[in-house]
Amino acid sequence: MTTTVGKDLGERATSGSGATSGTAHKRLTPAPPPGKLEDSPAFPAAAKRELGNTQQRDNLLRATATIRAKRAARAAEVDQWEELRVAAAAIKDRAHRHLADYLEQAEANLTRAGAHVHWARDAAEANQIVVDLVCQTGVHEVVKVKSMVTQETELNEALEAAGIAAWETDLAELIVQLGHDRPSHVLVPAIHRNRSEIRDIFVKEMGLYGQAAPEGISDQPAELAAAARRHLRDKFLRAEVGISGGNFIVADTGSLVIVESEGNGRMCLTLPKTLISVVGIEKVVPTFEDLEVFMRLLPRSSTGERMNPYTSMWTGVTPGDGPQDVHVVLVDNGRTNALADPAGRQTLRCIRCSACMNTCPVYAQVGGHAYGSVYPGPIGICLTPLLRGLDRPIDRSLPYACTLCGACTEVCPVKIEFPDLIVQLRRRVAESKQAERRPHLETTAMAGGRFVFARGSRFGLVGYVTGLAGRVLAPRRTFGRHLPWPASLWTRARDLPVPPKRSFRHWWKGAGR
Amino acid sequence: MSARSEILARIRAGLSDVPAGSAPDGDVPVPWEYGRAGALPAGVDVLELFVERCRDYKAVVERVAADGVPAAVVRHLTEAGVASVVLPAGLDEAWRDAVVAAGVEVLGDEPLLSAAALDAVGGVVTGARVGIAETGTIVLDHAPDQGRRALTLVPDLHLCVIGAEQVVSDVPEAVALLRASIEAGRPLTWVSGPSATSDIELQRVEGVHGPRTLIILLREVS
Repeated sequence: MTTTVGKDLGERATSGSGATSGTAHKRLTPAPPPGKLEDSPAFPAAAKRELGNTQQRDNLLRATATIRAKRAARAAEVDQWEELRVAAAAIKDRAHRHLADYLEQAEANLTRAGAHVHWARDAAEANQIVVDLVCQTGVHEVVKVKSMVTQETELNEALEAAGIAAWETDLAELIVQLGHDRPSHVLVPAIHRNRSEIRDIFVKEMGLYGQAAPEGISDQPAELAAAARRHLRDKFLRAEVGISGGNFIVADTGSLVIVESEGNGRMCLTLPKTLISVVGIEKVVPTFEDLEVFMRLLPRSSTGERMNPYTSMWTGVTPGDGPQDVHVVLVDNGRTNALADPAGRQTLRCIRCSACMNTCPVYAQVGGHAYGSVYPGPIGICLTPLLRGLDRPIDRSLPYACTLCGACTEVCPVKIEFPDLIVQLRRRVAESKQAERRPHLETTAMAGGRFVFARGSRFGLVGYVTGLAGRVLAPRRTFGRHLPWPASLWTRARDLPVPPKRSFRHWWKGAGR
Repeated sequence: MSARSEILARIRAGLSDVPAGSAPDGDVPVPWEYGRAGALPAGVDVLELFVERCRDYKAVVERVAADGVPAAVVRHLTEAGVASVVLPAGLDEAWRDAVVAAGVEVLGDEPLLSAAALDAVGGVVTGARVGIAETGTIVLDHAPDQGRRALTLVPDLHLCVIGAEQVVSDVPEAVALLRASIEAGRPLTWVSGPSATSDIELQRVEGVHGPRTLIILLREVS
C-alpha cells in the first residue's frame, strides 16, 4: 500500500544529504507551483488572469453564497452576538497591548507542563527550528494539521529540502497538495475546486503517494471523503511526528487549542510521539475563560455551525496520553510590525474564520490566488502589507483590491474596521511612492488635482475646457476602451464617461436656472 | 541577542503607546460577564435541547434511566454489529459486565494498545465530563472513565454515556466547569457529532477520520 513512499525514502536515505537541489533530487511530496508568492504580479494583473478561469468563478460564487447563508443563520441565533463581538475585540486588544507579559506567562506555564518553547524571528528561523527538531527524531515524514502560519513560512518546502515528507491531512489541504496547487482560502483552501475536479485529482495522484483512490470512485462528496480517510489512515497510524498550528494559546494555563472538523487534527495531535506546534505570537489570549467567547464566535463565523465537530485543548505533556515530546514554536515573522502600527494592530485580532472573504464581492470574483499571499480577501489585503512591508508590487497593490463596501466589517467576529484601515494603507502606499522621488502616475494626478482645486479660477477654466470637449464628443457617452496610456489604465477595465456639455458651475451661474 | 529577547524587545518597542506598568484589565476593560447560563428556547428544557442539538449533527441519542444503561449499551453495540470494544479502566463495572456477558470481545488499554490494535477494534464506550445543550457537544476530559484521547478517536464507533446532571445550557457554563480539568493537567476533547467535513463545495459530509458513528446515552435519575 505504501511502497511508493517507502521506496523513495529508502533511495533518499542512501543517496546522502547533498541532493537537496537540482534535478537529481526526486521529490517526496507533490510539487507546488513554481515561484514565490511574494513575487506575484500586482493585483490587477493577477485578478485579470484569475477572472479568465470561469470554472473557478462558478465554484467560488456557489461556495461563498452557501457559506454566507449558513453563517448568517447561525449568527442570528445568538441574541448576544454583538456583545460577543465587542468582548472578543477587547480580549484580543488586551492581549496585544500587554503581549510580552502574556507570552512570558504562556511560556512559563508551557514549560512547567513539560513543553519546550522556541522563538522564531522570521519564517526561515521557524522552519529551521522545525527541521532540526524533526531531524533529531530521525524520521523522514511528518503529518500536518492545517495551519496558516506554516503555509506563511512555507514549512513544507523547507522540510522537503531536508529530505522530510510533510503530509497535509486536512481534506482541503490534501486536495491542494495532491493538485500541485496553492491554497486560495484560509478555511477551505480548495474552495476553488468543485467535486469533479477533486475526483480527478484523487484518481490521478493518490496512488503515487500512498493508498490509491478506489476504482470507479464517483464525485459524491461522501465517497471523496471516504477515499481521503483510507488514503491517510496508514500515514496517521505510522506517524511519529505531528506538526500543527494553534487557534489559541491560553496564557494563564499554557494550553493550546485546535479547532477542526474531520478528526485529522486529533490524529496528528494524539498518535505521534513528537508534536511540534507552530503558532503566531498574536494567538495568545489571557485566560482559559476567554475561550467561552471565542468558542461561540469562531464556529458560527467560519463554517456556519453551532460548534465544529472536534476541538482539542492540551497543556504540554499529558503522561500516558499522546505525544510525550511536545514543542511550541512562537513565530513573529512580521507580526511585531503590525503590532507597532497603531492602525494596523487590530489585524492581529483575526481568528482566521474567513467570514470576511466569504462576504467580499471582490474575493468572490477573483478568488484567493490573485492576492499573492496565503491570506486573501479583506484580511489579506490588510495583513499581508503589514507583515511583509510595501516594497513589492503585489504588496503595494493589495490595499486597492477593495471597493470599500464594508461588508467584511459587518461580519467580522472581532470587529476589525477594514475600510478605515484600507484607506490608511492606501495613504501609506502613496507616501512610500512619494518618498521614492520617482514619478508615479497616481501621485502626479493627485498633484494636478491639488493645483486645480486650489483656485476657483483654475477650477472654472477646467470646467470650461471639459464642457468644450463634451460638446465636441456628443452624442457619445463614453470614450470607449482604446485610449492611449495612461488613460488606458482606467479604460481597460472601466468606462470613462465623456464630460457634460456644461459644467455644474456654469449652470449654477445662471444659464440653467 | 536571542530570538526570544529580540521578539520581546520588538513587542515592547512597538507598544510605546501603552502606559508603562498599566494593569491589563484596567487598560482594556472587557465588557463581558463570564460563566453565565444561556437562555433556552421557550418551552424546551435543557435536556430536550441537548438531545435535539446532538441529533441535529447526526449523533444517535437515547434517554435512558440509570438502571437501564448496561442493557442500552449492549443493545446499541450489538445493533451496530460491533464485535470488539475497548473499555477504559475507570468505566462503570456494571456496564463492563453487561458487555462481557453479551459476548462482545472486551479489550483494556493496559498496557497501552498500539495505534494499529486500536484501528482493529470496533468501538469504544466512555463517560464524559460535560454536555453542552445549545451546541450539541460532549466534552471529554479523559479521566479514567473516558481513557486517553486515542481511544475515542481511532475506533469507528464511540458510545458515550453522559449523566443528565452533567448537561449545561451553553459554552460559558461548560468552560467554567472545565477549568478544574485543565488545571489538573487533563487534555480536553470537545465532540459535536461524528467527524465531518465541509471541504467539498461547503457541503457538510459526515464521516472522515474520527468515529463515523457517535451514540450518546443520556443517563437520567431513575
